Amino acid sequence: MEEKPTKIYWKGLEELSNAPEFVKRAHNEFGEPPRPEENIEHSRRDFLKMMGFGVAAVSLAACEAPVRKAIPYVNKPLDVDPSLPNYYASTYINGGDYCSILVKVREGRPIKIEGNSLSGVTRGGTSAQVEASVLSLYDNARLRFPRVGENRKATWEEADKEIIDKLTAASISGSKIYIVSNSIISPSTKKVIEQFRSKYPTVQHVQYDQVSMYGMWKANEESFGKGFIPSYDFSKANIIVSIAADFLATWLSPIEFTKQYAQTREVSEDKRTMSRHYQFEAGMSLTGANADYRTQIKPSEEGAVVIQLYNLLAAKAGAATVQGGIDKPYLQQAADELWANRGKSVVVAGSNDKNIQLIVNAINNLLGNYGTTILPHLPVNYRQGNDEQMAAFVNDLDTGTVGAVIFYNCNPVYDHPMGEKIAEGLKKVGLKVSTSYKEDETGVLCSVLAPDHHYLEAWNDAEPKKNHFSLAQPAITPIFKTRAAQESFLIWAGQSNVDYYEILKSNWASWFFKGGHLQSWWDKLLFDGVYELPVEAISVNFGGNVQAAAGAINATYKSEGLELFIYENATVGNGSQANNPLLQELPDPITKAVWEHYVTVSPADAKGIDFSEAKTRYATISANGRTVKLPVLIQPGQTPGTLGIPVGYGRTKAGKVADGIGVNAYPFATLVNGSLCFHAVNVSFKIEDEKYWLATTQTSQTYMKRATVIQEALLSEFKENPAAGRFYPKVATWKSAEEKVEPGKLSLWKGHDYYNHHWGMAIDLNTCIGCGACVVACNVENNVSLVGRQEVINRREMHWLRIDRYYSTNADVHDLKGLEKAAENPEVVFQPMLCQHCNNAPCETVCPVAATTHSTEGLNQMTYNRCIGTRYCANNCPYKVRRFNWFKYHDNRQFEQSNPAMNTDLGKMVLNPDVTVRSRGVMEKCSFCVQRIQQGKLTAKKEKRPLKDGDVVTACQAACSTGAIVFGDLNDPESRISKLLKIRPADEKRPYGIDKKADNPRAYQVLEEIGVKPNIWYLTKIRNKEQQQA
Amino acid sequence: MIRTLRLKYLLTYLWIFSISLAGLAQEIPTDPAIIKEGESLFKANCQTCHRVHQKLVGPALADVYNRAPSIDWIKAFIRNSAAVIASGDEYAVKLYNEYNKTQMTAFTGLKDDQIMAILAYIKDETIKGPPQAQPQPGPAGQQVTTGVPESYLNVILIGLVVILVLLVIILGFLISALKRLIDQKPLSEEDRELVHSTVTLSTVVRSKGFLFIVVFFATTLAVKAVINGLYSIGIQKGYAPKQPIAFSHKLHAGAYEIDCKYCHTGVLKGKSATIPSINICMNCHSQVKTESPQIQKLWAAADWQPETKTYGPNQQPIEWVRIHNLPDLAYFNHAQHVVVGGIECQTCHGPVEEMEVVQQYSLLTMGWCIDCHRKTDVNAKGNAYYDKLVELHSKQSKQPMKVEDIGGLECAKCHY
Repeated sequence: MEEKPTKIYWKGLEELSNAPEFVKRAHNEFGEPPRPEENIEHSRRDFLKMMGFGVAAVSLAACEAPVRKAIPYVNKPLDVDPSLPNYYASTYINGGDYCSILVKVREGRPIKIEGNSLSGVTRGGTSAQVEASVLSLYDNARLRFPRVGENRKATWEEADKEIIDKLTAASISGSKIYIVSNSIISPSTKKVIEQFRSKYPTVQHVQYDQVSMYGMWKANEESFGKGFIPSYDFSKANIIVSIAADFLATWLSPIEFTKQYAQTREVSEDKRTMSRHYQFEAGMSLTGANADYRTQIKPSEEGAVVIQLYNLLAAKAGAATVQGGIDKPYLQQAADELWANRGKSVVVAGSNDKNIQLIVNAINNLLGNYGTTILPHLPVNYRQGNDEQMAAFVNDLDTGTVGAVIFYNCNPVYDHPMGEKIAEGLKKVGLKVSTSYKEDETGVLCSVLAPDHHYLEAWNDAEPKKNHFSLAQPAITPIFKTRAAQESFLIWAGQSNVDYYEILKSNWASWFFKGGHLQSWWDKLLFDGVYELPVEAISVNFGGNVQAAAGAINATYKSEGLELFIYENATVGNGSQANNPLLQELPDPITKAVWEHYVTVSPADAKGIDFSEAKTRYATISANGRTVKLPVLIQPGQTPGTLGIPVGYGRTKAGKVADGIGVNAYPFATLVNGSLCFHAVNVSFKIEDEKYWLATTQTSQTYMKRATVIQEALLSEFKENPAAGRFYPKVATWKSAEEKVEPGKLSLWKGHDYYNHHWGMAIDLNTCIGCGACVVACNVENNVSLVGRQEVINRREMHWLRIDRYYSTNADVHDLKGLEKAAENPEVVFQPMLCQHCNNAPCETVCPVAATTHSTEGLNQMTYNRCIGTRYCANNCPYKVRRFNWFKYHDNRQFEQSNPAMNTDLGKMVLNPDVTVRSRGVMEKCSFCVQRIQQGKLTAKKEKRPLKDGDVVTACQAACSTGAIVFGDLNDPESRISKLLKIRPADEKRPYGIDKKADNPRAYQVLEEIGVKPNIWYLTKIRNKEQQQA
Repeated sequence: MIRTLRLKYLLTYLWIFSISLAGLAQEIPTDPAIIKEGESLFKANCQTCHRVHQKLVGPALADVYNRAPSIDWIKAFIRNSAAVIASGDEYAVKLYNEYNKTQMTAFTGLKDDQIMAILAYIKDETIKGPPQAQPQPGPAGQQVTTGVPESYLNVILIGLVVILVLLVIILGFLISALKRLIDQKPLSEEDRELVHSTVTLSTVVRSKGFLFIVVFFATTLAVKAVINGLYSIGIQKGYAPKQPIAFSHKLHAGAYEIDCKYCHTGVLKGKSATIPSINICMNCHSQVKTESPQIQKLWAAADWQPETKTYGPNQQPIEWVRIHNLPDLAYFNHAQHVVVGGIECQTCHGPVEEMEVVQQYSLLTMGWCIDCHRKTDVNAKGNAYYDKLVELHSKQSKQPMKVEDIGGLECAKCHY
């Protein structure tokens, strides 16, 4: 490939249209410097004055040397050593979401979460939400005491008395007692609730999920005679067809699926095959962005597409076809390939309609996928919500037959579509208890708050899927006067001296202990965190009525007018962790918006908005008798005629961080045929005059139209030539214009040697799905400041690692009509961009104070205390990865809302003590987690052995579920990175020289032509497509 | 009376001496070389819990060879006390109960002649008698009561200020009275000007006295600010603050030769050498010098219950005054220097074993760190981590490999 624009990459519509204002701003990496009035602190002159007075006052007052205290333990716990981290295996449980984790604890404080590779379910993977959950532990909005009525500092005895009295009264009068919860995946908790029920026989336990999958449960009940949701194994699928299921970000068990999916997307010279992924959807989801073929459909067409697919396959199988169906691009091709890959394919749908799911079951049955890619013998417990029971509960509330309700760690007033009705109905209930660890929208309406521990403070267990068990152990003593909800239930059931830990242990002993030494067995379990038993495969017989289901689909769905769908995004998700600023400031993988709630609209529907950069307008959207006003975000790839609104925003009682951002989109969902439907038709949409500036990071940096930043090829090209899509830049020398050499050969320097280690990184663009877990992990590990909405608009976000999302089009640059068409459904590619640790780093040569220098191990070092803030380095960085501290982000009330980790006493407990908190006026950037490198080296030295590959793992690498990021020592020929990249010294005579060649034909360096010799290689993106999309 | 007593003592002494001679003369060696060997064995193995003349965790060992049932019994007890106790041996069980059922560590590796050497040392020490000059408790403990109490100082200060103010007022009266007196006489123009000099702002500002005051205060404040700034980043060589408990390193590390690492347990593991937690102090001080007011402070902090030998619920950690204050921007790891580098504690902390009150010995500036990194050879011997580096270095240079040569001066070694 030559560097001529056969294909152009663009980050946003404003870049494509080249609006003059955008161009002007785009070249200004940090936006304008802060104006004086922006500065809450005083001008330099004022500061000097104040300093003068301050010093005078301080010196007069304190005539002694400043005294600092060192306070050791009274009785040091045996396994806690100050300055050394301990890791505890535990389990992330948030509603039905699950992840097996390791918690890094320093001096008794959890400060980081990593994946547990022993788990057969999540296999060491994490997600942005799991990584961020450690900050939720230190949320200032947490309840510190139980609350009884208006008594906000009640004791547990008062709360228990109130609850037991009223429960007994309700039980005697025979009125209903409800326990409402999200899906409970803990078998011991379920047992506790059973015990509670045996004391109060009128107890009914209702489970619901924020985004329900009840339709799937029902469809399986009708198909196989038993309601369940099966496990999926995408790793065995050659063809993946998803109809609006965002299985890489939000659907069912994304961490698990991400790992499996990445296995099928890995290619190398030896493995030149990969899965093909078809996505049919309305909004651009993370999964859709990764698909090879993406077809735009409307939400109301999901059923018809499924029917069409069924009919196409049924025709091949000789089965009866059904009425209905709609032809869409690539549907026939998908059907052909599915049929060719019977038993090695999978079809999933995101719809909550049991009829659609039933036909999907029929399709998978025709394809023989049960037992290979769909595993009915391993039912999962992530989503057990029952829409019908929940509706019955709401109805009971309404009729006033409910005597008591206990909300077990759930918030239906906010996150259930019938939240308003629940709020209304609760007024008629005598006893309303919430065990949530915060006073949320539901808690405000409750008479008693009996806060549970945060999951990092609590004992618990989980069975995410059949016979896959997992233990949660506390990583910190409860910070506040909270109590395990399981203990609360048992106390309310009249038991005394309850210890949930003992209950848990005896449960597990009775279930799994087979003799031997009990305590050693238990200790081993706690060490591993997981316990898995084999499950025998079963065969299922499909007995669903496809005809009836198709008939119901044809009767239900009509495409009328504009359609609205509500969805979970990949950052804030269902909103339960909305008060976590790490998630609010994590750019949405697709829209790149932060701290924002918006309505996504296709470019075709947004005509009339004079759209330049992120400035947009408000729009009013009315559907199902509800009207909201939200800013418009124009989303390339969205189906024309559809509007998308993410849930998880519009919190009113989450805390300082989330309150007041956007509107609550849950109420748009309606109950259709017994299950919740998350879209609406006949929506009115009106663009208002009022302007709004969306905070997005998408075009904060510009790549100056250098087309080879991304290098990609089609699988067919790759099969023939593994170097397909590669661009080999050549530069002219001083001798003549014709003689061109590799840019690395031209240098002002003679080069140097790295005798010890040579750190490098490889990032596979083919397995990177752009989820953003690495960004959050990097933030937590390196104490990266969060700056808030306004500062992001000012382009001053501090993320050391960003994921560049490029849309791409292969229309000619000058073909304006073609470009416009391209914006309708572009291809997407994600590129994690961080400091490239250039061996000839341009930033180092321009620093006047040598604050940024090069190490003997290939690191580009940044020394904060030397930095005087000239910003020359950022100016000279071709990758735009250096970030400047325009403000003091710590101990500054201005940033308390966006950056509680550095501004509240509670939040500060999450900071990594091994990494400096930077102050105002210094530059910062990725350090390749130098604290982890130093730690790994020290461990090796203490054990008197050479460093092994894997001793040093960067935070981003550890967080990456797909294994797209590989870090290691390029000087070690046995390291994974050396083998992956096929590293050899460029000059045989200098085996330790800085110049290393990667013989992997897919490996390229971004902007190789400028000769800065980065230590990060990217592996080309390979698309499994027949031909480039025109 | 006195004579008979003396006689009694003499007889007793003779009796003991004869028994010891009869029973042990052929067994406990007196060879100085063996005594010397016994001394080092004693210090390596026994000293943590035992002294010859003093009861510590275990009994004082003076005369043990006479007290104990037999030399063989001593050997058996040292090798495996638990077995001797379990056998129901009357003396062993009594000892076990007397010392709060604390079991002695089993020294299975000690050979017969090594135990005999230790006994030889003990015997030698027993005969020498207890050391005469006991180290005195540090003056730090007495400092509390010396000097004038602060409240008195305040009273005196306020009194002085009041007197000064009164003086100013009286002087003002005097001046005005004198002026009135002078005004009654005829005066020349010059004299009049002198008497009625007008005090304006500009004259005050320009006056030498005012300038002096301003310059004086400015300089004082600046100097004070610089000193405080230096303190804040740990440049405070010689800083020896008063600690809440007058702990003497001279006594513990010097006289008793307790290894630094016995208390500063973190030094081999991680970044912080750690200030010992009270439970480490209590290993000895649940038994030793329990009546001392300083030890009582320890007991109070740990809420120690001597009857039950447990820590109570009302624990209050001791707030030691930090002496070595590295700024937050510098990362320093003790394990790297002590375990990997093999550096003695004294290299940076000075002769702590001679310090009654610990003070900062080294400058702890970056220049001081770098200076050492330039001069020090890497402790690469026997550490496979460095093998490749040493090999590559020896090809290029005949000089030994310094810390500097392997990146020891790079910013990100300490700053991240």
